[in-house]
Amino acid sequence: MDLGGINPAVLIASLMVASVPIMLAALGELVVEKAGVLNLGVEGMMIMGAICGFVTAVETGSPFLGFIGGALGAMALSLIFAFLTQVLQANQVATGLALTLFGLGLSSLIGQGYVGIKPPATAIVPFGPLADIPVVGRILFSHDPVVYLSIALVAGVWAVLKFSRTGLVIRAVGESHDAAHALGYKVTRIRILAILFGGAMAGLGGAYVSLVRVPQWTDGITAGAGWIALAIVVFASWKPWRILIGAYLFGGITVLQLNLQAAGARIPVEYLSMSPYLITILVLVIMSSGKGRASLNAPVALGQNFHASR
Amino acid sequence: MLRLEKRPSPSRFWQMATPVLAVVLTMIAGGLMFALLGKNPVEAIRTIFYDPLFNPQFAAYSRPQLLVKAGPLILIAIGLSLGFRAGIWNIGAEGQYIMGAICGAAVGLAFYPSESVLIFPAMVLAGALGGWAWAMIPAILKTRFRTNEILVSLLLVYVAEAILASMALGRLRNPEGGGFPGSRNLSKWEASANPELIAGTGMHWGVVAAFIAVIAAYILLQRHILGFQIKLAGQAPRAARFAGVAPTKLVVLCMGLSGGLAGLAGLFEVTGPAGQISIDFGSGYGFTAIIVAFLGRLNPIGILLAGLLMALTYIGGELAQFMLGLPSAAIQAFQGMLLFFLLAVDLLSNYRIRLAKRGVA
Amino acid sequence: MKRRTLLTTAALGLGLAFGGAAHAQAMDKVKACFVYVGPIGDGGWTYQHDQGRLAVEAAYGDKVETAYQENVPEGADAERVLTQMALSGCNIIFTTSFGYMDPTNNVAAKFPAVKFEHATGYKRDSENVSTFGARFYEGRAVIGTIAGRMTKTNKIGYIASFPIPEVIRGINSTFIHAKKVNPDVTISVVWAYTWFDPAKEADAAKALIEQGIDVIVQHTDSTAPLAEAAKTDGIIGFGQASDMAAYKPSPRVSSIIDNWAPYYVKRVGALLDGTYAQVDSWEGISAGEVEIGEITDAVPAEVKAEAEAIRDAIGSGTYHPFTGPLNKQDGSVWLTEGQTAPDGDLLGMNFYVEGVTGDIPQ
Repeated sequence: MDLGGINPAVLIASLMVASVPIMLAALGELVVEKAGVLNLGVEGMMIMGAICGFVTAVETGSPFLGFIGGALGAMALSLIFAFLTQVLQANQVATGLALTLFGLGLSSLIGQGYVGIKPPATAIVPFGPLADIPVVGRILFSHDPVVYLSIALVAGVWAVLKFSRTGLVIRAVGESHDAAHALGYKVTRIRILAILFGGAMAGLGGAYVSLVRVPQWTDGITAGAGWIALAIVVFASWKPWRILIGAYLFGGITVLQLNLQAAGARIPVEYLSMSPYLITILVLVIMSSGKGRASLNAPVALGQNFHASR
Repeated sequence: MLRLEKRPSPSRFWQMATPVLAVVLTMIAGGLMFALLGKNPVEAIRTIFYDPLFNPQFAAYSRPQLLVKAGPLILIAIGLSLGFRAGIWNIGAEGQYIMGAICGAAVGLAFYPSESVLIFPAMVLAGALGGWAWAMIPAILKTRFRTNEILVSLLLVYVAEAILASMALGRLRNPEGGGFPGSRNLSKWEASANPELIAGTGMHWGVVAAFIAVIAAYILLQRHILGFQIKLAGQAPRAARFAGVAPTKLVVLCMGLSGGLAGLAGLFEVTGPAGQISIDFGSGYGFTAIIVAFLGRLNPIGILLAGLLMALTYIGGELAQFMLGLPSAAIQAFQGMLLFFLLAVDLLSNYRIRLAKRGVA
Repeated sequence: MKRRTLLTTAALGLGLAFGGAAHAQAMDKVKACFVYVGPIGDGGWTYQHDQGRLAVEAAYGDKVETAYQENVPEGADAERVLTQMALSGCNIIFTTSFGYMDPTNNVAAKFPAVKFEHATGYKRDSENVSTFGARFYEGRAVIGTIAGRMTKTNKIGYIASFPIPEVIRGINSTFIHAKKVNPDVTISVVWAYTWFDPAKEADAAKALIEQGIDVIVQHTDSTAPLAEAAKTDGIIGFGQASDMAAYKPSPRVSSIIDNWAPYYVKRVGALLDGTYAQVDSWEGISAGEVEIGEITDAVPAEVKAEAEAIRDAIGSGTYHPFTGPLNKQDGSVWLTEGQTAPDGDLLGMNFYVEGVTGDIPQ
């Protein structure tokens, strides 16, 4: 099949790469929201991940350490959110937005000496002859490790939430913190851990932007990816596999619209550039109006603070 | 070991005292950051908080500018706060702000170069309608298809930005602008201008509208049955339904109100301080207003004060940047800190801190 | 009535700041202020303007004091920032983005003793407003030549920001000169609708590469397209705004550098020695405002020589990049044999030349 000069195999391969940052960040936020916490600071955590990952990779020469550094940096930032909302009972929406503001500023301060530097390259996983299989090889066996890791993480989060005791506890805390508390679960502790996990994932996604997708550091490099990640969580109606679908859909349309332009398709550019958002809305409307009742999947205690009053 | 004990009702004293405490804490932490950056912390803090208000060189100009900057923030935040109280999450005020400006400007420019006095009122109406209509999309999708309004309103911001770029480059482009993007300057065309009403005060129609909105919201929430319904829907959705509150009606109403006010803010901005539709017209007011709404604890008077405080940090931050050479990133981080502290110390007005015996947990 | 309110405010501002300083006379010390649209860490547009500011400091030492403000949104905020700068005693204010045009003119009207220099605009409503720009299309001619010679697939990709005359001039100039050395060449334009969004620029570059393009020209400011080009063998690109030397010798085979230093140094100098006058400056390679970065060894010597010859011909004034015969995209005649494009046509350019495919978004 040939879509007006666009090779679908190449398109799928590049959308898989383009979707990694939002997928990772959205997956982290999903766990946070499952635990009943709404952290709107994803953008701030992502950009902290981007700069911390970049600095670590440049200083150590190792992209692997870079990703760890990115995850840790964003985790540190998410700790502020955890402390404010869980210990000091601050409003989650406002704290999340403040986190974004703070993260954007702080990342730019840290990154002042790192403009215009090339980070060490992240190698592609060597699959040998597999990569040469037509179509399939290009789609499945031509990526860097983080692409595979992100898919594995989706599977992991799905399995943990669905089958493990940990998952049960997280969901219980998110559905009714009072009941979970009555059952003897440490609501606050569980939520803090979920927030830290969300931070680490957002950081990983941010580091992927600065180390692989764009390979460089500039102020504001994540350019709104964190907001899209938040939207993807809702889009996925809090189901891990739908995060994958949502991220691929969004990334796919973004890549496709540029490919259509490059191939000379005669569709006005302004419509193309708003298409990822419109189509995401459209798909969500179809999903939520169907039998799935997607919108009713939100964790009941989402955004509510918990204080054990005894 | 410290233990928190919830107060039966928020402490009056601490509600007054916490903002002051937060500002003091921010000054300490922020001063530390400025010192680390090699700047004189005392001077930096003074430039941010004191100079815009009292410096003889700037204050006469900066003080009214506080109103200009705070006006749209307050107007949008008031609208949002009503929805937030009812548990309706309009995150896309930025998009409604942009669409209000576009619709209002389009209506005005359709009559260019007429000097009719009816043009400005028509534009105001169109601006409010534009923002209202843009907010109706998530509202109707929510009531008809149960689609999540957070997602739809947020994504529509990006769509509005794409429409803005296309308008600035296409339909609304100034035909006498030599092919450059951007519309005619609305603030220079008498019929569409939204000027300072009293010289040297910064008061323009948008600021007036913001004050009216504060008062109206205050009365609505205190005295009107609708205000009661909004509060009830947020605190006890089930009880609200028994009390005869129709959730659908409330969603349409709250979204529409917040969208309309955001649209108005956009219109007053494009005809006044900003002057024209340009690619970069949207400057984040819609998002900052969310912070203002929560900082003001969703209370009209609180929002008024929070909006002015945010405006002060913006204007003081600008002064600090070029007077002292602070990077704009440091100001951003500083604002973030201020918000953190304001949110953190809020604890004191809602909780008592008690010394607890070990082992009680 | 409205006009009057404006005037009273103006008088107020004036009374505060100045006691009627006379101009056009030498000054002992100048405070030069700069307003930037992006962060100085953007590695492109704003970074280059800030390099110009530093050059002013280096040139005049103690006789000049500079201040700047970054990340200033266009519109209402710009007007306030400019007013506060004027109140703080700046003698000359450089506003470095097109969107500052109206704010610059508004504030200039209130502060007649302060000089305003607006980049890339055309309005000079009062005597103290000058405008300046750079003929980047001259640099694009050199780059187009290299692109035309270097492409093996005969496809050049162009990452464009917004459909404004500045960008359209660049596309036309690149295409004309690529076509001149390679008649089979075609150009694909992707409109990114942003000046600066690294991820989007990377995606655009990738999309172009997937369409079989092997030379990428960008009119957006990040290095992302070059980083993307570096991932595939045989793809080349060019630095934009700043040299982007990190990607030497390939994929970055050359670059167009915005060098604002000569203009800034000249203008501040004129203010110091009392020769300052209002100008509408539009300089290019000859004045050093547009520089061609080192052409690397990835380019064959004869191509390099050809490109440098064009650069020098433009620099010495013997060649104009838009010289007829040239037709518009629809086939109608724009310039006849030997005719060069008048500046008026170039400043408002809103059409493609013959041979460029696709439409300009309207």
